[in-house]
Amino acid sequence: MHIMEGFLPSPWWQIWFILSAPFVIMGFYALRRMVHENREALPLLAVAGAFVFVLSSLKLPSVTGSCSHPTGTGLGSVLFGPFITSVLALIVLVYQALFLAHGGFSTLGANLFSMGIAGPVVAYAIFVAGKKAGINEIVTIFFAAAFANIITYVVTSLQLALAFPAEVGGIMASFVAFGAIFAITQIPLAIIEGLVIALVFKYIVQLKPEILIKIGVITQERAERLREGWA
Amino acid sequence: MKYTLEIIVAVVIIAFAAIFLVQNAAIQAELGDDEEAWGGADGSAADLIEEQGYEPWSNPVWEPPSGEIESLLFALQAAIGAFVIGYVFGLWRGAKNTSS
Repeated sequence: MHIMEGFLPSPWWQIWFILSAPFVIMGFYALRRMVHENREALPLLAVAGAFVFVLSSLKLPSVTGSCSHPTGTGLGSVLFGPFITSVLALIVLVYQALFLAHGGFSTLGANLFSMGIAGPVVAYAIFVAGKKAGINEIVTIFFAAAFANIITYVVTSLQLALAFPAEVGGIMASFVAFGAIFAITQIPLAIIEGLVIALVFKYIVQLKPEILIKIGVITQERAERLREGWA
Repeated sequence: MKYTLEIIVAVVIIAFAAIFLVQNAAIQAELGDDEEAWGGADGSAADLIEEQGYEPWSNPVWEPPSGEIESLLFALQAAIGAFVIGYVFGLWRGAKNTSS
């Protein structure tokens, strides 16, 4: 999903910066509030951030003969919501732009929007909807994390299509072309990412259900049921 | 079942690895001498854009000077994350054992 340095012309890179900025600002506020109110949730925040670090560094081969990486943002989204996750994604994207020439500073706004905002917002929506419908949390987290991954790449394709519409067929044709590069490669990776994050969630429920209950991810009753069913 | 999810994860990862091996064998058989398979999807998108005659208007502030340095920094990124995950889970596990 990394759009490389210099690969978004004006005015697109500015537009994505402007769209991303409010989320990051909200994220810093949400983070500050959480640090003050829920100090015991800090290790969990560290784990969510660490997952973005680990998963986004792994480039995995996929069925199409090219490599791409998971995003790891699904865990942070379901635990802390999309605003805080956008800050976590920002840290990783800056590291990769600075040290790895992966992504870039001019495209930071666009990359943050796809990985740190669009993906997490969808993941959070899926998790909330699943919780309301009373579906097993492990299952909803699988879907939330997998879709956080897919949506990230769909949005990247859209960003590139808007900036580079094809001469024949315009934005739609271009979206299909970029989507073919990203989306199909991404499907198997999204399934693996969803499963791994569901597994980690299971371990958190086993080890520290009280934090999850405190920050309102699951209720006491659900935590006990999950532990009976899966632990 | 106690380990249902673990089993599902293991099966999917093995299937993923198997598909990679089969696919790789097919790709390597067709590949020319100076072609390389399994490049990054990010790079393919950049190639598609450059084919249209677009020139990137800025360059990365710093680029890893070689593939080795790049893999070092990627490994470092993963190691930092893995260290934090291991530390926190170990902390929780230890706290749980001493309290019970």
